[in-house]
Amino acid sequence: MVGLEHYLTVAAALFVIGIFGLFLNRKNIIIILMSIEMILLSVNINLVAFSSSTVGLGDLTGQIFTMLVLTVAAAEAAIGLAILVSFFRNRGTIDVEDVNVMKG
Amino acid sequence: MTVADFAFYCFAILMLVAGAFTVVSKNPVHSVLWLILTFLSAAGLFVLLGAEFVAMLLIIVYVGAVMVLFLFVVMMLDVDFAALRAGATKYLPFGLLIGVVLILQLFLAFGDWVQAPGAEALRRTVTPEATEIHNTQAIGMVMYDQYLMLFQLAGLVLLVSMIGAITLTLRHRSDVKRQNVLHQMYRKPEDSFEMKDVKPGQGL
Repeated sequence: MVGLEHYLTVAAALFVIGIFGLFLNRKNIIIILMSIEMILLSVNINLVAFSSSTVGLGDLTGQIFTMLVLTVAAAEAAIGLAILVSFFRNRGTIDVEDVNVMKG
Repeated sequence: MTVADFAFYCFAILMLVAGAFTVVSKNPVHSVLWLILTFLSAAGLFVLLGAEFVAMLLIIVYVGAVMVLFLFVVMMLDVDFAALRAGATKYLPFGLLIGVVLILQLFLAFGDWVQAPGAEALRRTVTPEATEIHNTQAIGMVMYDQYLMLFQLAGLVLLVSMIGAITLTLRHRSDVKRQNVLHQMYRKPEDSFEMKDVKPGQGL
């Protein structure tokens, strides 16, 4: 029988994969953004699992919160990619280590 | 093992494998496609949990909009991605160490987790049984009632992000001819041509 622990374990594994992706692709900001999306997805899995009436605690607020997290994640992806595009136009690269124009 | 359990293991393994390939894939286009598979599998898990509306939202908003945006940007940028991966293995042991420590911490938290005795009574919005009311209807009744303010603020967040993205990426290039509608409308016939009365037998 699949219970709450199974969902929490899967979400924890996805979270760790996302964190690992941040370290593995330190220079490529596109993959970094994708890793952040994956981390947010694992948080959403936790929220939905806890709000489920079959395996979780059965509070629907978790699914409402999931939708708010989705909204913020979509806005973050749009803004991040816009910054990435304008940065690429100015510098011709997307290497994170080259982002030092404002270093002072 | 029931069908639901089998589906859970299929979706979970597929999601984790796709997530791992998203991270280690050399080509960013492949990464985006693996991430799409990750989100589709997560939508399957949401359906198993009884959250159909959020699952469909994940497919429509994420796979349909955000991932396509990623795909556009990846294909639009002319970047040598192989050079960006150079030296990535330097951080591999460190990343693995952080991952192992994190997963140990999470398992410490989950292994000791028990539901508090009074937690059931403290629920703010009890999830109704699937036989009573649809998941979408239940979410709507909660969201437009108790969380109307948060819903409106989420819309505001999206508006601000839309304005920000347009402001960041819009540029007026000076080397292309643009249409000026006012200039077109203010133009009079006598500005562009004049009438000549040509007498018969004579030229201009």
